[in-house]
This record gives sequence, C-alpha cells and structure tokens, in this order.
Amino acid sequence: MSSVLVILETRSGELRPACLETVGAARTIADAKGCNVVALATETANIDAAVVGGAGADQLMIAAADAHSADAAATTIARVAKEVGADVVLLSATVRGRDITPRVAALLDTGFAADCTAVDSNTMLFTRPICGGKAFNNVKVNGDVVVASLRPNFFAGAGRDHTAEISEVASETALAQVVEVAAQSGGRPDVAESTIVVSGGRGMASPDNWNLIEAIADAIPGAGLGASRAVVDAGWRPHSEQVGQTGKTVSPELYIAVGISGAIQHLAGMRSSKVIVAINKDPDAPIFKHATYGIVGDVFEVLPELAAELAK
Amino acid sequence: MEIFSFVKRVPSTTANVEIKDQQLDTSGCEFEINPYDLFAVEEGLRQKEAAGDGNVTSVSFGSDASQKYLRTTLAMGADAALLLKNDAADTADAATTAKVIAAAMGERSFDLLLFGKQAVDRDQHGVGPGVATRLGIPCITEVISLTIADGKVTAMREVEGATETITTSVPCAITCQKGLNEPRLASLKGIMAAKRKPLESIDTEMPAMALTVESTQPPDVRPAGRIVANAAELVDALRNEAKVL
Repeated sequence: MSSVLVILETRSGELRPACLETVGAARTIADAKGCNVVALATETANIDAAVVGGAGADQLMIAAADAHSADAAATTIARVAKEVGADVVLLSATVRGRDITPRVAALLDTGFAADCTAVDSNTMLFTRPICGGKAFNNVKVNGDVVVASLRPNFFAGAGRDHTAEISEVASETALAQVVEVAAQSGGRPDVAESTIVVSGGRGMASPDNWNLIEAIADAIPGAGLGASRAVVDAGWRPHSEQVGQTGKTVSPELYIAVGISGAIQHLAGMRSSKVIVAINKDPDAPIFKHATYGIVGDVFEVLPELAAELAK
Repeated sequence: MEIFSFVKRVPSTTANVEIKDQQLDTSGCEFEINPYDLFAVEEGLRQKEAAGDGNVTSVSFGSDASQKYLRTTLAMGADAALLLKNDAADTADAATTAKVIAAAMGERSFDLLLFGKQAVDRDQHGVGPGVATRLGIPCITEVISLTIADGKVTAMREVEGATETITTSVPCAITCQKGLNEPRLASLKGIMAAKRKPLESIDTEMPAMALTVESTQPPDVRPAGRIVANAAELVDALRNEAKVL
C-alpha cells in the first residue's frame, strides 16, 4: 500500500495555515498515483479534521507529543512513513520544515528536493530555485522514498468537502527541544509569509523615515515589511526583514520596492513576486526593468500620496 | 572544546549565473566563501575563546580549488583545516554532502559542529541537520544567539513571526544565521600565520548522488512593465488592472 505522507506544521498547539497548500499538492500527487494522502501532525495540536480533509487529506494522524522538537518530529515522520508505506513525504519550506526535511531524508537514507515551486505529479520532477532565484533546477530524488519541501504561495489546498479520519500515533523522544516561543511584536506577518510586502532600501535615507514605509503597510491589510541588504547591514532594519539571496526569498502577490535600486542579489530574492512596484528617484535603477509598475520620483513625496490614495 | 566549522565555495552573490547545456555553468565564475559559513567560522573562534581552550578546524568538501578558502579561514584564526577532497564535490547535493561529512566526522571526536544555515548556490538548508541526524546528535538550525556553558547549549532562532529558545547539550550541530555574529576580517598577521598552519587533504569518495539535476533554466522573463505618473494612477492599476488590492 503506497501513500503520500504530508506533514502539518503546528506551533503552540495551533495549525499553521500555510501547510494546507502542501496538503493540496499531496492530493494532486496521490491522485496521479491512485493512493491515499496521510496528514501527520508531529505534536499535540488543535486541528480541525474537516480543514485538513478539505485541503486534500484522507487520514489525519496526530502524534501525542508535548515537545516542539525538530529531531523528535523527524524521527516520528520517518517511522510513520514506513508504517503507512509512504513513497512520497512532503513538508512545507518554512524555517521548521527546512529544519526537519533533511533529517527525514537522512533517516530514510534518501535524497530531498528543498523549497520546490512546482512538481510534475506524473514524472515526480520538482522545480526549485537555486542561487536565490537566479536560476531554477528540475530535479529528481534518487531513493525509495521521495522527500521534498514546498515553498509557501506556490500551491493550493484541494478546496473540497471532506473530513479526514483521525487517529493518534506515538511520538518520539527529543534530543533538542524548544523551551520558549515568543511571538515577535508588531503584529505584522513575517515577510516570507506575507501576500503583500512593502520593502525599503537605502533611498529611504535614514531609519527614522521608516514610518513612511509602515504607513503603506498599515494601509494594506496583511502586508509585511521587507528590507534590502544595504539597510540591514547598516543596522537600520532587523535581519528578519532582509529580502535577497542572503536573506529571505519571497513570492508575494504584490511586492512594493521603495528606494531600492535592485542589486542582483536583491532581485534574486523577489523576482518571482506576481506584481512588482518600484518607487525610485533614479529612472535608470535596475529595479525598473523588473517592475510591473514604476513611479520615478522622490519617495518622500510619493509615499504620503500613496498612503492617502490607499486610504480612499 | 573541539570545534569543526564547515565551509564551501559558492559563486559570488554579486554576479549573475550562466546556464550552458541546461546546466549551471560556473567555469567563468568568481567564487567566495558561502556567506553563512563565515558566521560558522567566526562562531567557532568565539566559542573557543569563551571556553578558554580547544581547537577550531575548518572543513570543506571540495576540490583543490577550495584550498584557498580554507586558507582564508586559517587566516581568520582557525587552528587547522581539512579538505575532504573530491573533484566533483561542487556538484553534490546536500543529502549526499551530509553523508560524506558524517562519515568523515564519525571517526573524530568533537563537541561542536558549526555550519552555515544554507549554501547560497543550491539553497537546500540540508547539510547541518543531515550530518547531525546521521551522527545521532542534536542539531539546532538558523541560530542567531548561542551560549554554551558546562556542556549545556542554549540557542535562539527566528521562525516566521516568533523567536524560539532551544536547549540541548554537546556534542551537537548548529547552523548559523545572519545576526549570530560579525565575521572578522583576516589580519595581515593572520594571513602570514595561516601559511604555517596545517591544511590536510584527504581523498574522499563520492557516494551515489541523492538528487539528479535533469535540467536548469533561467527564471521566467517578466512581461515589460510601465511607468505610471503618480500614486493615484498606481493604486488604480493595482486595484483594477492587476487586482492585487
């Protein structure tokens, strides 16, 4: 009996919704193979079987563990993969998913395709960005079990009406465990998970001017903040906001680049955004070559106008 | 404290990549030490200083071309360097690399293995946790703060929208994220001293690759955009044309 095993991500007992996209991808692959989708949560959590089933899972297994540990999760996943005869194991390419994926592959002595943006469910060829998005590889995992992590914002839940059948499975002992999870202040979504990103660069002239960037993000529900490497290196913004080859790679619906010239390593991190807006006073800035819409102008004049227009 | 810091060379992040015959062509590339690996080297030096004794050995799975980058780590302050030499190492995926490194480390005693959180060429985030899993030791990834006292390890990392505190004990593996430290530059004295430090090269076998790259393509070309006159026109386009607001 083969199956596709998909890992649900939970934090502090709650499901992280982004992993439902991965459940949808698991459904597509399972349909091509003619097998079941088994969703597995590696720790105790409050999970609605109708939500997971609706996204594409047939079964929902929950490991009764209190410890939030990547190694215990990986050991549980590898064990369940063998128990359910999984020939595919899918995770989400979040910080936690990226942590667990290589461990599962090592435990199953197989390879893995990380951060995939597409999968051909018939050939099991995965498409994944390399060099921060400067190129894409089409890869095949060599091994009895195919392990892959899928990047958020590229796949979708099945959107069907189905309640997954729940069962409980045993958990494993942790070597390292999370002893505290402190929510970051600010209340904005992380830049890697945001569907809309407002990003600032050196053209903002000073960290004191970020209230102008924040005003735009405040005017668009769900918007997250990004930053160029230059302003992070200068200490104007935290590392967690950096977009680019040495920061986060993002693919939001809308990316607004303010005062960012568009260095190659920054473009690599955001060029797969669906719509790109560039606001820059230099008409020759490379960012304009990649922008869907551009405004050539002084950011200190354009941003207040933009905030006012968004409020209308 | 016995510390190993792992480094690899990657194509320079400031350059575009070339694709030839549907594969990445790095023949004309400038290379540099993977930026995240510099955090691993620096952290090794700092943890050794904090412990008051021990050794930092930098390790690379690479070809002879990687020797120069190992020399750089020696100039930064590493005590010794080890090249796990294979001419095809640059083409190895993370799972395969983890297998090679785990086999090499299985014969050695250590307290701490330090890795960059990812290499910025293949971006797989896989070597550190892969090595640790194969060795059966704990691993904490994407670490931005690390304290080791009496063998007890406390690390912090950022996940989406939260900061996690994770504890374990040595021996363990850590993967390093930007923010953990500020890598030092090699001093002239360090560069001179590096010439006399040991750099061992061990011929290393390549296992069967865990991943096959069937083809490589450039990113999709974005359709040409347009310059709009002002904020009002922009918001109108975003709402009514692109429909993203």
